[in-house]
Amino acid sequence: MTLMRTLLGAAAATALSAGAALADPALIYDLGGKFDKSFNEAAYNGAVRWAEETGGEFRDIELQSEAQREQALRRFAEAGFNPVVTTGFSMATPIAEVAPDYPDTKFVTIDGFVDPEEHPNVLSVLFSEHEGSYLVGMLAAMATESDTVGFVGGMDIPLIRKFACGYAQGVKAVNPDAEIIANMTGTTPAAWNDPVKGSELAQAQISQGADVIFAAAGGTGLGVLQTAADQGVFSIGVDSNQNYLHPGSVLTSMLKRVDVAVYNAMEAGADLETGVQVLGLAEDGVGYAVDEHNAELISEQMTGAVEDAKQAIIDGEITVHDYSTDDSCPALTF
Amino acid sequence: MDFLTLVQILDSTLRLATPLLLACLAGLFSERSGIFDIGLEGKMLIAAFASAAFAFVSGSVWVGLLAGIVASMLLSAVHGLASITFRGNQLISGVAINFLAAGLTVVIAQSWFAQGGRTPSLAGDARFSGWELPFAIGPSDAAAAGRPLSELIAQAGPVQQVWSELVSGHSILVYVALLAVPATWWVLYRTRFGLRLRAVGENPEAVDTAGISVIGLRYAAVVICGVLCGLAGAYLATALQAGFVKDMTAGRGYIALAALIFSKWRPWYALGACLLFGLLQAVALRYQGLRLGEVTIPVQVMDSLPYVLTVIILAGFVGRAIPPKAGGAPYVKER
Repeated sequence: MTLMRTLLGAAAATALSAGAALADPALIYDLGGKFDKSFNEAAYNGAVRWAEETGGEFRDIELQSEAQREQALRRFAEAGFNPVVTTGFSMATPIAEVAPDYPDTKFVTIDGFVDPEEHPNVLSVLFSEHEGSYLVGMLAAMATESDTVGFVGGMDIPLIRKFACGYAQGVKAVNPDAEIIANMTGTTPAAWNDPVKGSELAQAQISQGADVIFAAAGGTGLGVLQTAADQGVFSIGVDSNQNYLHPGSVLTSMLKRVDVAVYNAMEAGADLETGVQVLGLAEDGVGYAVDEHNAELISEQMTGAVEDAKQAIIDGEITVHDYSTDDSCPALTF
Repeated sequence: MDFLTLVQILDSTLRLATPLLLACLAGLFSERSGIFDIGLEGKMLIAAFASAAFAFVSGSVWVGLLAGIVASMLLSAVHGLASITFRGNQLISGVAINFLAAGLTVVIAQSWFAQGGRTPSLAGDARFSGWELPFAIGPSDAAAAGRPLSELIAQAGPVQQVWSELVSGHSILVYVALLAVPATWWVLYRTRFGLRLRAVGENPEAVDTAGISVIGLRYAAVVICGVLCGLAGAYLATALQAGFVKDMTAGRGYIALAALIFSKWRPWYALGACLLFGLLQAVALRYQGLRLGEVTIPVQVMDSLPYVLTVIILAGFVGRAIPPKAGGAPYVKER
């Protein structure tokens, strides 16, 4: 198995110019980088799992700049890769641009939305992040002693506000008096990769009394988790299971099963069903992580309450407001 | 805004200003000798990587610090070789160093640690921990009282708050950076070496006529620049963070350069400029969108202010910034 493991920096060009494979899947990571221990790494893990289980091969590339998005899509499509799986909401526009030129290639955008009517060869995979965030918000509210919890977002985009909004609703559901401090790292893609800023934001929130901080910020979140561990407060990881990073300090992780989405897309191969797919709690597309690293932090009572809420959301008894539907949040002002 | 909030913002200012200050002083030495250096970013980055990598392997942060300084000095030497010995274009050499560091760090990190271009997390002695000054309330007091540190400090008196929150509890590199300011001033303005260094940036011919080696002086300046950049990078990776992450300097080298111009290549002004830029960042991080009466200043404005201020200074609206006269020009001995 010759996995492309050395696709870093300058090697990216080599990957693109290397010979064509017939109908192997391809994976394009967003600017956060393949090993962000979070969103993109989840995609990578899904692809690796697929490769190990089926013995198949896949190609991947880490984008280095905005300008490479369309270029990478076209090269993969031209080289005959199918399907071309992409992560990150920013890929939606380039895919809409490229997809009509390669009608036989299936494109998958995870987190992005491409109109299925106009582009029949695109699958948009969306997650109900607000539902998963609601559950970790409940856990945060049950774990806090100061009745103050924090949220650190990466780049200020509707998707991240969706996380924040779901989280705030979960916190308020358990403790209506709790205060939520929400901060965004920045407004450019660089905000996904600035752990120093993440640390300072966490520090500022801790000094305002926050003792549980949810980081939905890619690589920046690592700084948040680090500072939380240094200062002895709880943090909540995102996308991948980050509990192992600081055992005893990471309360839980809001799981977004990007790996499952990538795995399914690669498994389906060229026969991939296109359209729009929403993965929520019912589909196990989102959730919260409990493992040996945080089992002591989550009491049975907490699990019970969260499991009840999860069932209620699946049954439709609790509706978690989705920020992206109307750009407003009942539980939090930005 | 209460008093404690103010103290906390100043505390954050100090942390954010430290890497800027070290890099700014590094640039100051180099540019005062006539070698423009836009490779500060790259040198910080490689120092951040080397310090984290060696601190992890050896388990000692001091070994890491040394490795960071050495790595940064190596890049400095490359810059010196290109721009002093071979009389190349200093800006191009600086840009090349930035690219080299950005690529090299990730590739080496991937080949050594296979964690996707980052170093493993540092713990214990492999990291700089906060320095607790006498009489300050620190983590040990919090542990003894069994209450969070922030709570203890909130209940203390104003003087104790300033002492514990603002002055105490930083890593040793913060104090080193602050002490580097008077040291730089003393070296530049009170020693023979400093006089010659300044002269070589203004009029290298005169220095050469006096029988002093222009090349030697410039190399000395570039080496000092490497040491200070090494400290800045090590501070990012082993004090503020616990490990190296790709591109973790996030443009701080350029802000330091802006601070250098803003401070008109003077040490004490550099301290002021870096603290100001640090304060802007700290305020932007604390208040997303600063509200002044009815007007809300968006966070983007705060982030861009360092550059805007620098342009204003460069354009000569507020006290013109005049760079060292011989800056950027390689010295060619007359025959």
